[in-house]
Amino acid sequence: MVRVEIIRPEPNDAVATGTFLRQLRKNRLGVLGALLVVLVFVSAFFAPLIITHDPIKIMVGPRLAPPSLDFLLGTDQLGRDTFSRVIMGGRIPLLVAFASLGSALAVGVVLGLIAGFGPRWLDNLLLLVFDTIRSFPGIIFALAIIALVGPSLASIIFVIAMTSVPIYARVLRTQAQGLLSSEYIAAERSMGAGTARILGVHVLPNVIGPLLILVSMDVPAVIAWEAGLSFLGMGVRPPTPDWGAVLNDGYSYINQTPWLVIGSGIPIVLATLGFTFLGEALRDIFDPKLRKDL
Amino acid sequence: MTALLRVEDLRVRFRTMGPLKALATGTKAPFIDAVCGVSFEIRKGETLALVGESGSGKSTIARTIIGLQRAVSGSICFDGQEIEELSGTERKPYLRRMAMMFQDPVGSLSPRLTVRSLLTEPFRIHGIKRRDAGGEAERLLRLVGLPADFARRYPHQLSGGQARRIGIARALALNPDLIIADEPTAGLDVSVQGEVLNLLARLQDELGMAILIITHNLNVVRHMTDRMAIMYLGRFIEVGSTERIFDQPRHPYTEALLAANPEPDPDAVLNRIELKGEVPSLLRRPSGCEFHTRCRYAQDLCSRVFPEPSTNPNDAEHNFRCHFPLKGEIVSGLMLSHPVSVGTERS
Amino acid sequence: MRRDDLIQHTSAPPLLEIRDLSLDFGTPRGRVRALRNVSLDVPAAQVVGIVGESGSGKSTLAYTVMGLLSENADVTSGSILFEGKDLLKIPARARRSLLGDRLSMVFQDPMTALNPVRTIENQMIDIQHHGQGSRSEKRARAVDMLHRVGIPDPKNRLGAYPHQFSGGMRQRVCIAMALLVKPALLVADEPTTALDATLEVQIIHLLKDLQTEIGCSILFVSHHLGAVAELCDRVAVMYAGEVVEQGAVRDIFHNPAHPYTRALLECDPGRIKKSTRTLPTIPGEVPSLLGSTKGCIFRTRCPQAFNRCVQEDPVEYRIGVDQVARCHLLGDERLVPA
Repeated sequence: MVRVEIIRPEPNDAVATGTFLRQLRKNRLGVLGALLVVLVFVSAFFAPLIITHDPIKIMVGPRLAPPSLDFLLGTDQLGRDTFSRVIMGGRIPLLVAFASLGSALAVGVVLGLIAGFGPRWLDNLLLLVFDTIRSFPGIIFALAIIALVGPSLASIIFVIAMTSVPIYARVLRTQAQGLLSSEYIAAERSMGAGTARILGVHVLPNVIGPLLILVSMDVPAVIAWEAGLSFLGMGVRPPTPDWGAVLNDGYSYINQTPWLVIGSGIPIVLATLGFTFLGEALRDIFDPKLRKDL
Repeated sequence: MTALLRVEDLRVRFRTMGPLKALATGTKAPFIDAVCGVSFEIRKGETLALVGESGSGKSTIARTIIGLQRAVSGSICFDGQEIEELSGTERKPYLRRMAMMFQDPVGSLSPRLTVRSLLTEPFRIHGIKRRDAGGEAERLLRLVGLPADFARRYPHQLSGGQARRIGIARALALNPDLIIADEPTAGLDVSVQGEVLNLLARLQDELGMAILIITHNLNVVRHMTDRMAIMYLGRFIEVGSTERIFDQPRHPYTEALLAANPEPDPDAVLNRIELKGEVPSLLRRPSGCEFHTRCRYAQDLCSRVFPEPSTNPNDAEHNFRCHFPLKGEIVSGLMLSHPVSVGTERS
Repeated sequence: MRRDDLIQHTSAPPLLEIRDLSLDFGTPRGRVRALRNVSLDVPAAQVVGIVGESGSGKSTLAYTVMGLLSENADVTSGSILFEGKDLLKIPARARRSLLGDRLSMVFQDPMTALNPVRTIENQMIDIQHHGQGSRSEKRARAVDMLHRVGIPDPKNRLGAYPHQFSGGMRQRVCIAMALLVKPALLVADEPTTALDATLEVQIIHLLKDLQTEIGCSILFVSHHLGAVAELCDRVAVMYAGEVVEQGAVRDIFHNPAHPYTRALLECDPGRIKKSTRTLPTIPGEVPSLLGSTKGCIFRTRCPQAFNRCVQEDPVEYRIGVDQVARCHLLGDERLVPA
């Protein structure tokens, strides 16, 4: 996924060395990000094999115990093993992130292509819809939807997908419109290529890169959202283990033990950093134009 | 001999503002005519050049023939069949028989495709099953004089001249009867320009297709076209055999274009004819002869009366639109005699 | 003409003196030696042309003089003396005060060289920030200069935005801005490439007229031999990062000494008088400038290359009074190295 370019600096090579160091530093972060992402994925995927106790079984140990050999991160207020809850709790944020962003990406790509290549009136109409959705403050929109349909995983996924679609669609539309007037599209059309072929073979591969980078950088935000909504009690219901839910419990008992907050906070921080670094590295490598520095 | 392509009274129009704005500002005709009643034909195996500066409508004609642009009126006949009115799928069999090369050598190649996929793209589009796509790509590469290992490269790994060769190879993939080359030498160095034109000429000798060359540089096409048409503001102002026009240009604009790329000789600098001003906007076409604003021989009549096409008495194929056509012989870019020497030009 | 050149060479030092300039670009694939041992003089009140094909380093040279190089450029040796000061050594502040005052530039693309959201008036007044005088005086100077470059009705056009001018007019505005500060040296990087042929003639004539009027020097970068022949007093021919030949314009065009110059002149379509089906070309490709290069850089495409070309870098040989070329063929004759 991450292409690390190894550049051998030449001696007496001040400028090239500078570029090299900069790239290496950037890519080191990218490598770190990729490692973190892999770690989070592996632990979520193999969670049932890693956990030491049943994450929802009450009173496997003492309440609010500090870490010990038996309970690696201590126990919560109901005597459940925090380590097992945190490991299992990674599955839901990842599921939410991939389900919501995946569906948002799919819908966004389709709508973006329609807006970019379709008739002018349809473009205007779609833009109006996108702007309407984006004009709601995110958290209020989420609370309103959840109040309407009730707290559940599906509603969280729906809300996040809803708010992400306009962004992706707009990015894709702008990129596609830039390509529409390019000579190679005209060349393909002059050979008699159909719209489906032009969009699928010649437009999509050239516009999907920046969009995937955008998505990878949205993953941490979604994890934080999910944790936040669960923290507010709007997400998954107890006793399902979830980073946000564990964090919420820890928050309630912060006076008695810091270990619940630490135990659930660290994976959130690591996952967020991992996806951010990875996204930035991808952006730097595949799309230098989007780079903010330089 | 029958015409391969016959274009008659072609008119292409672009909208300059939306219908609402036109209504609000009271503009009666919110259009510009990029191509204004152009007729010509290309015979089998012949080479025709359309020459003009930017905004003369030469590229628009090419895009209309290939179907990227709709005409408001006029007809385009390809091998006896009217193709202007055909829709996308009906037109497809005719697109198989013509191919267009676009201006930007690298930019006209799809950036994520390898050369091999680019070269076999025409087969896939037209549903022609070739068992050996790799062999086909190799054959085309050999045709344009590139080694077979180029098949694995991507467009950004090609130099301008190489990309142009790939463009030519792609155009030749389906053995077309007509190739439209839009500025085939644009963006290429002088040393490579010759290579590309030589290649086109050689391939034409071997394969016998007709070529429509679109360019702004007269001298570049001199050696490979049979006939040429000079365009100004969307109209033909002079048409004829290349030889005839180079020997005896009749229109003052042709004369200026011929002199615009002189021999690189510091002692011959006086030969360059400087035209006044710039190409007028299509929004405000000049009255009378549309070239009179820049013509150094312009008279009263020119600003009032639109010149009808006249024919060279010695050559029925040589037509031009000028009230006072040049008569003299060109000697190294300089006119020796002229019916009216108004002498408005700087010496 | 020839006498003038002689006088220039024997008496006053040239306005711009580029000595042994070498420049590398650091890229992920290694160092590209974009300029190697470039030496070039621009005498006062003369037009010096740099011709070459793409990748020859001609624009890089112009940008180096102006100090507009990208971050990964690295000058490895040499000096650029302008009015006795080394542009590569003086502090950035001193250098900035020279730009837009003694040195100014015209760019290739008139469509992007002007700020699209400011009026011509503001941009033309701003560029005189080194000069003294009130705003209205500066405005009057701007109007005068627009008039001189042939913009009709300059008083009213002054308030217009760049997009309201056509391409040719915009390049005239750019030239007006560059000359407004009365520079000693105008660097023009392919100023006619983006324009139509008939406009190119106009711009060349305009530059020539203004140059004689103002008395500045012009460093004119172009790939168009016809334009260079028409405008320049002296020419330097560049190939793959080296100046392979330079001298007075007549010598170069009438008596080219370097095989590359000869081949380039032969390729120019304006030279070909007869109708022919095969045009002359230069076979082969410009060599990669990655890493070190040994021997003559043109040898792979040179029809007259021999053993020595592979082994040894050619030095500059003097041909006649005012013409030097880097080619071993010249060394075999009675000529002395310069």
